[in-house]
Amino acid sequence: MSNSFLEIINVTKRFRNILALDKVNLKIEKSEIFSLLGSSGCGKSTLLRIIAGFEKPDQGKILLEGNDITNLPPYIRPLNIMFQNYALFPHLNVTNNIKFGLKEESIPKQEINNRVNEILNLLELNGLEERKVNEISGGQQQRVALARCLVKKPKLLLLDEPLAALDKQLRIQTQFELVNLQNKLGITFIIVTHDQEEAISLSDRMAIMQNGNILQVGNPVEIYEKPKNNYIANFIGTANIFHILNKNNQVIIKELNYEIKDINNNKNFNKCLIRPEKINIKKIENQSDNSNVGIVKEVAYLGSYTKYLIEVNGIQFYSFMQNSLVSDNLQIKWDDKVEFKFNDSSIFLFND
Amino acid sequence: MIRYLKKQNFWFVFTPYFWLVLFFFIPLALIFKISISVSEWGMPPYRDLFSLSEEGFKFDSTLSNYLFIFSDPFYIRSYLNSLSLAFTSTILCLVIGYPIAFYVAKSQANIRIILLVLLIIPFWTSFLLRVYAWKVLLQGSGIINSILIHLGFLTEPISMLHNHYAVILGVVYTYLPFMILPLYGYLVKFDLNLIDAANDLGAKPLNTFLKVILPLSLPGIIAGSMLVFIPVVGEFVIPEMLGGSDKLYFGKIIWDEFFVNRDWPVASALAMSGIVILVFPIVIFQLMYAKYNFKNE
Repeated sequence: MSNSFLEIINVTKRFRNILALDKVNLKIEKSEIFSLLGSSGCGKSTLLRIIAGFEKPDQGKILLEGNDITNLPPYIRPLNIMFQNYALFPHLNVTNNIKFGLKEESIPKQEINNRVNEILNLLELNGLEERKVNEISGGQQQRVALARCLVKKPKLLLLDEPLAALDKQLRIQTQFELVNLQNKLGITFIIVTHDQEEAISLSDRMAIMQNGNILQVGNPVEIYEKPKNNYIANFIGTANIFHILNKNNQVIIKELNYEIKDINNNKNFNKCLIRPEKINIKKIENQSDNSNVGIVKEVAYLGSYTKYLIEVNGIQFYSFMQNSLVSDNLQIKWDDKVEFKFNDSSIFLFND
Repeated sequence: MIRYLKKQNFWFVFTPYFWLVLFFFIPLALIFKISISVSEWGMPPYRDLFSLSEEGFKFDSTLSNYLFIFSDPFYIRSYLNSLSLAFTSTILCLVIGYPIAFYVAKSQANIRIILLVLLIIPFWTSFLLRVYAWKVLLQGSGIINSILIHLGFLTEPISMLHNHYAVILGVVYTYLPFMILPLYGYLVKFDLNLIDAANDLGAKPLNTFLKVILPLSLPGIIAGSMLVFIPVVGEFVIPEMLGGSDKLYFGKIIWDEFFVNRDWPVASALAMSGIVILVFPIVIFQLMYAKYNFKNE
């Protein structure tokens, strides 16, 4: 008997010759927001469909609160899914869409109405009760889809790309609303997404998937700061990745010919990651004896910060600088010579 | 609205109406004219409605043709036979055609094209030949009897031809594509996620079908049913070739009145009353259809 809320044990799924999921193991805790993140075709949607019960795994088990639900049909599983296109019933109005799932359970009419009203209030859908689902806006449709699931009081809510169909303004607002809603209700959320920013800002924990495998599981900070490999480092945010040379007890960043002093490399890591916001640059006027000098190849002003592409010894990396009013980095132009600086503690060593 | 139409738009919009007037309304008016004419020997076998003779202008019309067909239970029974044939075949086409349409609509795109071509291939052969083929299949020395005897189910051939079951078989066979194609048209647009969503919300397969799939394919069901029901009421070739004397059908009676009895006015009166009675189900279907489409726009 395990303690995890949802356990995915050795789940394998094959479609013809394609291995969609390869012995996936995952534990998800009660009341957390968990994201499955990966590019398209990584198996995240297949995993979600297996949890929902639309697909059967070829091998492996799904345990919900310790009970094996692998072979339960979707209409018996105590969980609900919100589809990417919402899959609202076009022949029913908003209220009847929300009522649909309750009518399938044997619940007295009075209670159905109470629960529907409660959820209409919670998701601010009052006034839309009689509207057709294709007469309301995308954001409202999303809330109806959410209401239709939540009114069933599921133990687990699966969300397939919940924000993908919304425009950017609405997406950010809805992100906060989703998190608030989850905090209020305490329902476990599993979110499938390809959008790394969305995953980072929504999740308590997340799993990065590639080719049917889970590469890394952790909270967003761990994944961003300590990615297990090259792929994850590049998938989440922008990454400067360099090679490490180990010579006579010296740890050297090969491309920059920079010796890392304040670091312990007893595991012989062969690569390192320095996030662009941890590299500071400063314009230099005259010839300096400092070896950490590069040339600015690209400047992209993005409002709150500026992206600089720096070239040193034929290799290129990024530096992101905050544009506070007093900052003098705004003076830096193309082809300027700059001195770059980073703390040894902001270097993350890994093997790949 | 007409005020806003430019000259070229006028022709664009009204060409279909001219077509309808020329090839539908005028022939219908002619049939109506014959149906209220007095029958007589000659060519054509009815008296003109208006005639100019020495006695002056004469308007010669009668309702006796209508009174005649409604007073003879023979005609009414044949009409009811046709309605019951149309009803039975529509239901059978729906029951057989719905799963086929669903299967075709949900197959992968490359297989779907093959299946659609298979559905349409029979139209490359004349309808008469295909019905005639059933005659060959069903006859006493036909392949079905031979196989059943060979397998030991029968000792001697049974008569499968010339009864109303053979007519139903022929009608269902002939009209099945007209049911499947409109159904397919609606089901192919059907979002499969809706089935998953219904399942996920707790609906078992039967409820998913009744509460989601069926209501959303209702326009296709109505369209397909109209395409089968209405022509089958007037169908006379299939009863003529596969049917026997156990049941007489409306279309066949009109044919006989026209070409055997040469009583054009009675035949026309039959045709007109058939149209009038059929108008009701058509209007009801159309209203349901329009209401449904309006609701889902």
